[in-house]
Amino acid sequence: MLDIDISDLKKISELIYQKYGYDFRNYAMSSFKRRVLRILELKKLTVDGLLKKLTDSPNFVNEFLDELTVNVTEMFRDPSFWRIMREEVIPAIMLNHKQFKIWHAGCSSGEEVISMCIMLKEMGILHDVTVIATDLDVNILEKAKAATYPLKNMELNEKNYIRFQGTGNFKDYYREEGSNAVFNKDLLMNVSFRRHDLVLGDIFNKFDLVLCRNVMIYFNQTLQNDVLKKFHESLFKYGYLAIGSKESLIWCDYANRFIVVNNEEKIYKKIKD
Amino acid sequence: MNKFNLNNSYKAVVIGGSAGSFQGVVKILSQLPKGFPLPIIMCLHRLKHVRNGFVEALSIKSVVQVTEPHDKEPVKKGNVYLAPSNYHLSVELGNYFALSTEEMVNNSRPAIDITLASCAYVYKDKLIGILLSGANKDGAMGMKHIHDRGGTTIIQDPSECMIDTMPRAALSLTEIDYIMRVDQIVEFLKELDKKYR
Repeated sequence: MLDIDISDLKKISELIYQKYGYDFRNYAMSSFKRRVLRILELKKLTVDGLLKKLTDSPNFVNEFLDELTVNVTEMFRDPSFWRIMREEVIPAIMLNHKQFKIWHAGCSSGEEVISMCIMLKEMGILHDVTVIATDLDVNILEKAKAATYPLKNMELNEKNYIRFQGTGNFKDYYREEGSNAVFNKDLLMNVSFRRHDLVLGDIFNKFDLVLCRNVMIYFNQTLQNDVLKKFHESLFKYGYLAIGSKESLIWCDYANRFIVVNNEEKIYKKIKD
Repeated sequence: MNKFNLNNSYKAVVIGGSAGSFQGVVKILSQLPKGFPLPIIMCLHRLKHVRNGFVEALSIKSVVQVTEPHDKEPVKKGNVYLAPSNYHLSVELGNYFALSTEEMVNNSRPAIDITLASCAYVYKDKLIGILLSGANKDGAMGMKHIHDRGGTTIIQDPSECMIDTMPRAALSLTEIDYIMRVDQIVEFLKELDKKYR
């Protein structure tokens, strides 16, 4: 039975922090452990072998990060969430601002960004919105920029889109190239993808809406508190924050600076500076 | 006069099930003694994109309201928890839940192996693992984790299972302490409950 001690996990996160400046020291232990075990298995390494490789081959660290971070996502995940976005949240923002800014924090391979842009396009306001999508992992950002996904994922994505009750035809948003679906680049015209570290990075802009769904589940409570403070500071007053449907702010220090807009979909609004 | 070798040091019960397990789970939850002293953590295979309805269906006859935990929610004794759809469910040291959207395991998310293994890690020999009817081998490795850490392992009697692949996979992978029909599992939990009174 493959297992790994917490002390070894701490050695690994400490090494990556000291040598490369990525901070996984406050990641949730259960998933961090599974990720590291997965890498040991994939690369056929022992803990000592992994530590040595991380020490000796700086190029390996990107590969390591790519496997360590969880990049499993889908378009229009939780269709009911996207319906509330379209019918309530975006219209509420537009009451006060014709043009506004959205931050996808931890955008991974960009499925949620594409979903957002499709939705905005169907609402006829894609031109009025600036989207900034960030992730820690440069490799995954390249994938997000390419907007190219395996065709085999499209069945699920399209099912979600239909349940979202999109007004177009999902297939019109991409063309098939071999075994891939390549999304129309016009969708991403107002999107800028940037490398940004939620853990160590600074506040870099102010937004009307921040989406960070199923990202903070990989953080422990201490880190969730820190990141929520950053989101709070990055939001305009009365701006919106969306997290995953099974995440909650109630155990966070800054929870009382937000109100719940939709509890089922975990959409919050900043009400206090 | 003890049928089962039980004591009052257990910290949790974890239940895994898939195809054909619904009736068994309902029976267990409906006959659970009032004020059952341990948390019951369930990971049942379910439709990935149907978020609502399952908890309600399980709760109808249950003695205790079934809930789907949020990430970081503390595990509380006497509560019955169900892994939410499209998330893996783990327990962390410190006795709270963690969710994840990692890759499917055994073609499943939630995967029973993940829930069982994390419970085994946190509760060690203070854990009772129950694996019910199912059509794949998810849960077998998790049962091995439970056994290897000294926990108690129970499978539903394969002859009673609608589909016995899952309990049989566990049986061939690790040592199983009890092979029981659902009504015997209910008796077991009642006996366990008495140890805490």
